[in-house]
Amino acid sequence: MYFVPGQPVTAVVQRIEIHKLRQGEHLILGFSIGGGIDQDPGQNPFSEDKTDKGIYVTRVTPGGPAEVADLRMGDKIMQVNGWDMTMVTHDQARKRLTKKNEKVVRLLVTRKSLEEAVKHSMTTYPKQ
Amino acid sequence: MDTESTYSGYSYYSGRSRGSHRHGERSRDRHKSRSKDSRSEKSVTINAPPAEPLLGDSSVRGEEVQDDNWGETTTAVTGTSEHSLSQEDIVRITKDLEDSVGIDCRRYFTLTLAVVLGLLVFLTPMAFLVLPHLLWPEKLQRCGTACEGLFISVAFKLLILLLAVWALFFRPPRAGLPRVFVFRALLAVLVLLFVVSYWLFYSVRILDSQDENYQGIVQYAVSLVDALLFIHYLAIVLLELRQLQPCFSVCVTRSTDGETRHYNLGQLSIQRAALAIVENYYRDFPIHNPALLTASKSRAAKHLAGLKVYNVDGEFPATPAEGPGNNAAAGLAHSQSRAMIAAAARRRDTSHNELYYEEAEHERRVRKRKARLVVAVEEAFTHIKRMQEDEQKKAPGDVMDPREAAQAIFPSMARALQKYLRTTKQQHCHSMESIQQHLAFCITNNMTPKAFLESYLTPGPTLQYSRERWLARQWTLISEASVTSGLKDGSVFLLKCIDFSLVVTAKKIPYIQMSEEYIDPKSHKFVLRLQSETSV
Repeated sequence: MYFVPGQPVTAVVQRIEIHKLRQGEHLILGFSIGGGIDQDPGQNPFSEDKTDKGIYVTRVTPGGPAEVADLRMGDKIMQVNGWDMTMVTHDQARKRLTKKNEKVVRLLVTRKSLEEAVKHSMTTYPKQ
Repeated sequence: MDTESTYSGYSYYSGRSRGSHRHGERSRDRHKSRSKDSRSEKSVTINAPPAEPLLGDSSVRGEEVQDDNWGETTTAVTGTSEHSLSQEDIVRITKDLEDSVGIDCRRYFTLTLAVVLGLLVFLTPMAFLVLPHLLWPEKLQRCGTACEGLFISVAFKLLILLLAVWALFFRPPRAGLPRVFVFRALLAVLVLLFVVSYWLFYSVRILDSQDENYQGIVQYAVSLVDALLFIHYLAIVLLELRQLQPCFSVCVTRSTDGETRHYNLGQLSIQRAALAIVENYYRDFPIHNPALLTASKSRAAKHLAGLKVYNVDGEFPATPAEGPGNNAAAGLAHSQSRAMIAAAARRRDTSHNELYYEEAEHERRVRKRKARLVVAVEEAFTHIKRMQEDEQKKAPGDVMDPREAAQAIFPSMARALQKYLRTTKQQHCHSMESIQQHLAFCITNNMTPKAFLESYLTPGPTLQYSRERWLARQWTLISEASVTSGLKDGSVFLLKCIDFSLVVTAKKIPYIQMSEEYIDPKSHKFVLRLQSETSV
């Protein structure tokens, strides 16, 4: 997940589809986000690169729709419903996730274990 | 024999004559005396116990001979009078008298020179003005308006010069320095030359030729006074102003207990710098207390006393050999001392353990005594109340002045105070009379018990104590460079006094290169560093 300035970001991502849950008059997703281009990236405990200003999942409420959809703490959200989340402010990210007329959000998330799984699968099938 | 003693700094002035004082004897005496509690508060015994044996030192024999006279150094001062003189005091006074005669001669000589020069300087302009009137009054031109205006100018300038010279030079001398004060001598010579050259010109061109132009003569006298004022300005700059700008930072360390202070001095000669340092010494350094040094010296002696070196090869190290034989003896002494050092390093001694526990115990004891003392003094002070004006008329009986009040409350705190002073080894610094005086002083000035105790809880500067306790009146300046040369970076000199010496090191204050950076006040802008977490 290295970010080389000027080069397109490449990452191994997983598609996660979360169906929002109605709670009172709000539709909730069941997780918390942190990060953004207006935030201090050095305080992000989940990022490998401490200059990474992307949106990270900081908490997943147990039993919520995000946990059901296999979203994990520490995931970096790359896209929400097609909208890029790697260069947005915190508030923009929040708005993209909490649109009232959308019942389903489709996220592209990346995490370190995905990269390692790909690498592992590539090395264990060299003969094939 | 009563070997308990209260140490007073004069025990080295024993019955021996002054001439036989040797450095070694003095230092040995100091670390031999012990300070312990004396049995009664009113008798003071000064004692010098016998020397500890030192190894390989042929002068031990000489010391032992001297020690047989130690009974003569015992002086018991009994009774409540603190004014009785011991033999030490008499010896000290005669020594002081003898030394001061030589210095006084020099002082009077300098004083007479200065007075003669001053008279010459002041009378010269007046002589210049008066002599033509005396010698050729008929030929002299009348003094017009401008000329008389110059008279007023001469008078006032002379008055200013008189006041300025009085302010700068006629101050009580504060010290006697070993060498002549170079700048003053130079200035005196300059003034003398100047006045002599003016007299020469006057006598040749005016007296001989009997000049009639009186205005010219008056102007000549005015120019003399002007030039004298300028020389006085030069004197101020050289003597007073030049050393004000700090240039050197000197570090002054007392050799006995390591007390260190730092001062900033300007460009001074070594003797003037030494004078400034000694004046600061009296204010800044706590009083030199020899009683506090005995512990470390006894420890040092114990280190060496545990080992004995035996030479089994049959040579005699004590024979004073001359010529080539000396080297053999010296080499033997070297190998002996090296063997001792090696053995001492290998030996496992627990003196550090003893030191630690001893110091902890002492600390505890001092704090306990201090607590008792504070309580006793506070209680004593509650018995005294300052009487108001109207009360004075009502109850005229049993009214005391401060001294009597002090004497009334002193007994209740005397014991606690004596015990505290003995524990902190300060009892020789304070006499009963001085304590009572201080108490009366505190009562008069409405001071609290804590303020009264402050001078006993911490050792104060030397000047705080009475003159007999100063122990440091005659100073000797020891320097490798000439004492009239200026202070330089890295110059070291010693100020020796009888009990201790002050080691002075000078370092140049670095040249400070300061640069400027301008920050626009509008450029102070800040952003918040956030890491907010939002739940969605």
